[in-house]
Amino acid sequence: MNAINNAASFLARAEALSTPVWAASTRAAGRAALATHGLPTRRAEAFKYTDLAPVTQAAFGAEGQALALPALPAMRGHARLVFVDGVLRGDLSNLPPRPLSDAAGLLGSLAHATQPLAAMNAALFEDGLFLDVPAGEDAGLIELVSVVTGAMGPIAFHPRHVLRLGQGARLTLLDTSDGLAGLGYLHNPVFEISLGEGAEMAHVRIQREGRAAFHLSSVHTAIAARATYDNFTLNAGGRLARNEIHVSLDGPHAMCHMNGAQLVGDGQHADTTTDLHHAAPDCGSRQTYKTVLAGRSRGVFQGKILVSRPAQRTDGYQMNQALLLSETAEMDSKPQLEIYADDVKCSHGATVGALDAAQLFYLRSRGIPQEQARSMLVEAFLTEAVDGVGDDACRAALSEAVAGWWVQERSTAPQAGRA
Amino acid sequence: MLRIEGLTAEIDGKPILQGVDLEVPAGQLHAIMGPNGSGKSTLSYVLSGREGYEITGGSVTFNGVDLLAMEPEERAASGVFLAFQYPVELPGVGNANFLRTALNAVRRHRGEPEVDAMQFLKLARVRMKELSMPEDMLKRGVNVGFSGGEKKRNEVLQMALLRPKLAILDETDSGLDIDALKIVSDGVNAMRAPDFSALIITHYQRLLDYIVPDRVHVLMAGRIVKSGGPELAHELEAQGYAQVAA
Repeated sequence: MNAINNAASFLARAEALSTPVWAASTRAAGRAALATHGLPTRRAEAFKYTDLAPVTQAAFGAEGQALALPALPAMRGHARLVFVDGVLRGDLSNLPPRPLSDAAGLLGSLAHATQPLAAMNAALFEDGLFLDVPAGEDAGLIELVSVVTGAMGPIAFHPRHVLRLGQGARLTLLDTSDGLAGLGYLHNPVFEISLGEGAEMAHVRIQREGRAAFHLSSVHTAIAARATYDNFTLNAGGRLARNEIHVSLDGPHAMCHMNGAQLVGDGQHADTTTDLHHAAPDCGSRQTYKTVLAGRSRGVFQGKILVSRPAQRTDGYQMNQALLLSETAEMDSKPQLEIYADDVKCSHGATVGALDAAQLFYLRSRGIPQEQARSMLVEAFLTEAVDGVGDDACRAALSEAVAGWWVQERSTAPQAGRA
Repeated sequence: MLRIEGLTAEIDGKPILQGVDLEVPAGQLHAIMGPNGSGKSTLSYVLSGREGYEITGGSVTFNGVDLLAMEPEERAASGVFLAFQYPVELPGVGNANFLRTALNAVRRHRGEPEVDAMQFLKLARVRMKELSMPEDMLKRGVNVGFSGGEKKRNEVLQMALLRPKLAILDETDSGLDIDALKIVSDGVNAMRAPDFSALIITHYQRLLDYIVPDRVHVLMAGRIVKSGGPELAHELEAQGYAQVAA
């Protein structure tokens, strides 16, 4: 069978790029993967619940003509790097950027072209962030801001972000993707993050793309001994959003928290896929994901935990809970545990349900109007996830984003008026 | 204040209330006693508007207004309060936030200005002290990790803050030790006023030693089968429902 490659338009754009030497091998690997496999269809197990057809069928222009700059999100700290349509804008940033070419030796070391989203990015990346925090240094809070302009046509951008924390280094990265309503663009960021021994990184992501956008992101993190990686991802925007997190616990006593919330409104599809590898002994991992679905929407959670033979005394926990606010919302969850070590504590659980009728009645019996009571219970459901974020500025940004989504959802989506 | 006439209701097609007639005048406290399954809790839920109950006949008016036509929040705002037999836990909803939201919802309905966090705290502290409630109960999730007695006190605190015209106390005495029973009873007695009525639903006469009712009604098989003064409660305790109702 000689079907047309469904990534043909992406490949054509990739061919048109001029490739600097430092990016050549990464780009080549990405192109080769796309040329051979195309983008996954729903026949691929990892994409069973998320259909990329709308992405492969969309015609993304090479480059739009940048129009007026949209408002940037409020500053939460002192240092920020701003990307507009996937291009780093030094004039809007207040941190001296390091060129991605400096990260040449790290490119592709964690995000392999065997992963479709990473392959697409590899074939097409042009810009990105390189943050290198030296051993022992505390970089504090740095904001990574992505916004889009109303370009001439639908555009696609594929930033590649590379972060390296030296031994004992610390960083909080607040990573916000904002978009414009009605603009059908594709944002396909890939992160390669390596944490040295005893390093600590908090990575808070707020995905708030426009409702017509595609967001396909992939985070690849390697954690050395005694280092900690805390990822919190709010997946709230986009028509189709998939957020993959691939983490490898590579040294003893490494720790990983992966938490997040998905807010899925009418017409949205949100997918969080985690892929965690316990490769070393005495490591811990905690995952809690909460999904709220309204209107006609679909949520997906796939969580894989692989415990290799050397990873004795692994302590793993995974929980995913979904709250369905309408009859037409759908949630698919697929936990997957593969354990090859014999001394392991690993648990997982999943719940899917509607708002609790008894709780709703309790609030209403105290005079609280139905809509407000529903809001309180939805917020309460999400609070547990957001409260775990340690950094005050990040937590405030998250709470605001959650509240903003809920206000928008209540004003636009047809609520079925269920009790 | 409250007038119930020929009220019939069923749940999942099973008749529970089979013609309840009851009138509670303003300023009076009435007790409803009855064995398990007689319809006591159903009556309290029907009056407060819980879903899942099919009203098949009769009427309920509250100060002349058709209570059954109102949403639960409207009933609460116009002065009906149900103290739950099993108060519901709301993880993630702070008790202070819950109490203030409820208070302001009711105040809005009454045309009174809303209270801010500081004003609320002042109000709540006074009431909590009367109920011997530690202040940290404001910070916790609503009823989350509360003991049985703490939950019931939290119900009475809500009543004291919302100042209803009609309180329905559904087995408020269950799960309380004597000290807690006394505190909770004092809280109810403090509400007594010419424009306050209460319907006290209980299994046992014990609570009625502390909250002395004006009238006692016996509910059996979904009907009020006997009514009398406070002495009826003692009769029931001594002789049992079957004997007294016969």
